[in-house]
Amino acid sequence: MSARITTKQRMQITRQAMPEQDAAARAANFLEVNLGLPERLALLEADRCLQCKDPRCMNGCPVGVNIPKFLDLLTAGKLAEAAQSLLCDNALPAVTGRVCPQETQCEAVCVRAAKGLPVGVGYLERYVADWAREHRDQLPQVKPEPTGKKVGIVGSGPAGLTAAGELARRGHDVTIYEALHKAGGVLIYGIPEFRLPKKIVAQEVERLQAAGVKIEYNVIIGRTYTIPELQEKFDAIFIANGAGLPVFMNVPGENFKGVYSANEYLTRINLMAAYDFPRSDTPVLNGQRVAVVGGGNVAMDAVRTAKRLGAKEAMIVYRRTHDELPARAEEVHHAEQEGVKFEFLTAPIEVIGNDKRWVTGMKCQKMKLGEPDSSGRRRPEVIPGSEFVLDCDVVVVAIGTKANPLLTATCPDLKLNKWGNIVADENGATSIPGVFAGGDIVRGAATVILAMGDGKKSAQAIDLYLAAVPKPVNLSAAV
Amino acid sequence: MHRILGKQILSPNVTRLDVHAPRIARIRQAGQFVIVHLTENAERIPLTIADSNPETGAITLVIQAVGKSTNELVALNPGDFIRDVAGPLGHPTEMIASGHALCIGGGVGTAVVHPIAQGLQHRGVQVTSVIGGRAREWVIFEPELQRYGKVVVCTDDGGYGRKGFVTDAAKEILAAEKVDIVYAVGPVPMMRAVANLTRSLGVRTIVSLNPVMIDGTGMCGGCRVSLGNETKFACVDGPEFDGHQVNFDELQDRLSTYREFELRSTACASGKCRMEAITSSPA
Ligand SMILES: Cc1cc2nc3c(=O)[nH]c(=O)nc-3n(C[C@H](O)[C@H](O)[C@H](O)COP(=O)(O)OP(=O)(O)OC[C@H]3O[C@@H](n4cnc5c(N)ncnc54)[C@H](O)[C@@H]3O)c2cc1C
Ligand SMILES: Cc1cc2nc3c(=O)[nH]c(=O)nc-3n(C[C@H](O)[C@H](O)[C@H](O)COP(=O)(O)OP(=O)(O)OC[C@H]3O[C@@H](n4cnc5c(N)ncnc54)[C@H](O)[C@@H]3O)c2cc1C
Ligand code: SF4
Ligand code: SF4
Ligand code: FES
Repeated sequence: MSARITTKQRMQITRQAMPEQDAAARAANFLEVNLGLPERLALLEADRCLQCKDPRCMNGCPVGVNIPKFLDLLTAGKLAEAAQSLLCDNALPAVTGRVCPQETQCEAVCVRAAKGLPVGVGYLERYVADWAREHRDQLPQVKPEPTGKKVGIVGSGPAGLTAAGELARRGHDVTIYEALHKAGGVLIYGIPEFRLPKKIVAQEVERLQAAGVKIEYNVIIGRTYTIPELQEKFDAIFIANGAGLPVFMNVPGENFKGVYSANEYLTRINLMAAYDFPRSDTPVLNGQRVAVVGGGNVAMDAVRTAKRLGAKEAMIVYRRTHDELPARAEEVHHAEQEGVKFEFLTAPIEVIGNDKRWVTGMKCQKMKLGEPDSSGRRRPEVIPGSEFVLDCDVVVVAIGTKANPLLTATCPDLKLNKWGNIVADENGATSIPGVFAGGDIVRGAATVILAMGDGKKSAQAIDLYLAAVPKPVNLSAAV
Repeated sequence: MHRILGKQILSPNVTRLDVHAPRIARIRQAGQFVIVHLTENAERIPLTIADSNPETGAITLVIQAVGKSTNELVALNPGDFIRDVAGPLGHPTEMIASGHALCIGGGVGTAVVHPIAQGLQHRGVQVTSVIGGRAREWVIFEPELQRYGKVVVCTDDGGYGRKGFVTDAAKEILAAEKVDIVYAVGPVPMMRAVANLTRSLGVRTIVSLNPVMIDGTGMCGGCRVSLGNETKFACVDGPEFDGHQVNFDELQDRLSTYREFELRSTACASGKCRMEAITSSPA
């Protein structure tokens, strides 16, 4: 640590605010809300880090990013080195800097949070990653020696992309199979442009392809090929097909016209560009009063999207209160600023439609919080006789996803838990030797960084596994 | 990218395209479909695989031009390309091992019936097909289906085959002959009529449903249909279901969700709404 600045001076710097688009303006466009710290503010913010000997922030990060190191390099103006250090720990920092729930991870345990605000690790991660995206030529390119070993990856979400990068870096021949026509998983079809520009995901994918990773689109494992078929083609397999099976409320009226799963709503708009209809061919119903059921990131993304599509009223319907909202704090804050309405302690019991079966409202019950349940959160209880009708013309159900059985149903040897998630050990090893799995298909709906962590660990385990597999005799075919 | 290998106009609004998709051609089974995505801005639309040739790597799609996406597809010519073809999707047709099957096809549904009849005959099942169209020029796949068994053709005007709906002919066959299973594919009202007919006779009836789809992999839930009290996702649980359980009213209703958008989309494709395209985009 440089003696350029004392700890006392560091302590005197206050946390820098993220410049953002004006709330009224952004509620009518799909451009990114956060504009990124300018250089001067980024350097100031980085100087707030005390360069702890025993950096607690690192324990808060699921992949253990060496935060003081990259921040020290940043303050020293050594951006290429800072980027290299960061990229070595985290394959998609431009993504995590934007979407990690920092307030419950790295920033939650930063010592500076004890007295005031934590170091803006997320903002700075984004800053360094964005610099790296624009200065790719300044980062060293190492071409690894090909090992001749082939790895097949199912799914191009954060888990699959991370594993692919790690494996390619070690010289393995990697092919990703993706069911959709674009790569990125939830990063491309779920998380909206105003939070994570698609260009960033596309650049990360291009970077992997430049490093030799092959991507085959429109291939559905379980239909186009099965896992046993992939086992014949590859020396090892990593399954990262996510948790993409929407859960519905199971209430009457849920199949009326105007009820969407969040997956459908967001996919129409993000992947299929329905906001640009009729220039893009896929439509979406642009409701005037849109009710989004749920309180997580998915619900916030859906409700803020509805606002941007011109809804007069965009509402969150959540059965607990503000304090229990599982979404990232910043998303809730942004939604409030953009004029999203919150109906707390409210649970839908029926979707109401007119004689043409178009949604006209939702019958709801008021709730109160009772004793804590097994998860430690206070359990919502129905207040008898509190039914009321919430007027709305579009309902978006964002109450969670389950494991999609399409792949696992065609691979009976793969051990699943009672929810249909693949059982894997801490290295991602499944019940089938040479087949690894990670991300949401193992954990259930979780986070980007946890999926990436799984991708990284599995890649390391696969590398060890492959070292034990004899080298193919015929290497000439590979050249 | 998938090259168009062949094209044939089958009826005034139905076109056959042979599309290069070798992997799918090799493994597809009757009842399965693909999702086709013509260009970057296009819709993803589901189309049944009517036939395939593993040697040339071609799959056969039979397309009824009803809106913008299907009109764009049938305008393609050999040598042109389709950006994405994903599949094969859905469960293969449930087939009986022996006995007598009645295969009923209405309009473009006849093309979906084709691989089913083919598969059944291959297993040694006796196949009778009843197919219909508005008039002679709308009847498709008659010679192909004749390879697998008897074919009864119905036209609305009686100008070819017998006069009337396919359900009338089916009713007579069901009364006169022992039928072990019925497969019915066509417009929703036709499938509903067949299901109502066979329900009272207690003959198992399989229908192929056509709800609006996006991904085709079970991720969006947009294709949900009701079977009795259960919700099913047609792309992964179907698209073929027990016709006696299907809530056809709901299916038909949900199919009308985007009618206004479809009209706009078609109008724009014909250049009628340049202004609208400019003014309706988000600020
Ligand atoms: C709207 C939304 C917002 C979110 N916001 C946040 C956030 O702010 N912060 C955060 O940390 N997390 C967030 N999450 C959660 C996070 O996105 C997921 O936990 C993460 O993407 C899981 O990564 P994954 O790689 O396991 O799977 P996914 O990202 O789900 O990717 C799986 C990929 O596999 C493909 N696939 C599926 N089945 C097959 C098959 N059979 N064959 C081939 N390919 C297949 C899919 O098409 C997809 O591309 C959000 C999720 C959603 C839906
Ligand atoms: C499993 C399955 C198999 C099918 N097989 C065939 C086939 O072999 N040949 C054939 O001609 N048609 C088939 N269809 C129907 C075909 O997908 C639609 O006609 C087509 O998507 C219409 O698109 P469009 O833009 O031309 O028409 P639009 O103007 O958009 O719509 C016209 C009609 O098609 C329905 N439709 C619109 N978009 C979709 C969509 N993404 N998915 C499903 N339906 C939609 C609408 O509800 C409307 O009734 C099948 C549908 C399904 C679900
Ligand atoms: S990856 Fe996420 S948790 Fe880890 S340091 Fe970066 S922002 Fe924090
Ligand atoms: S805990 Fe906070 S102050 Fe300490 S090294 Fe980490 S970011 Fe810097
Ligand atoms: S088309 Fe999306 S779940 Fe069936």
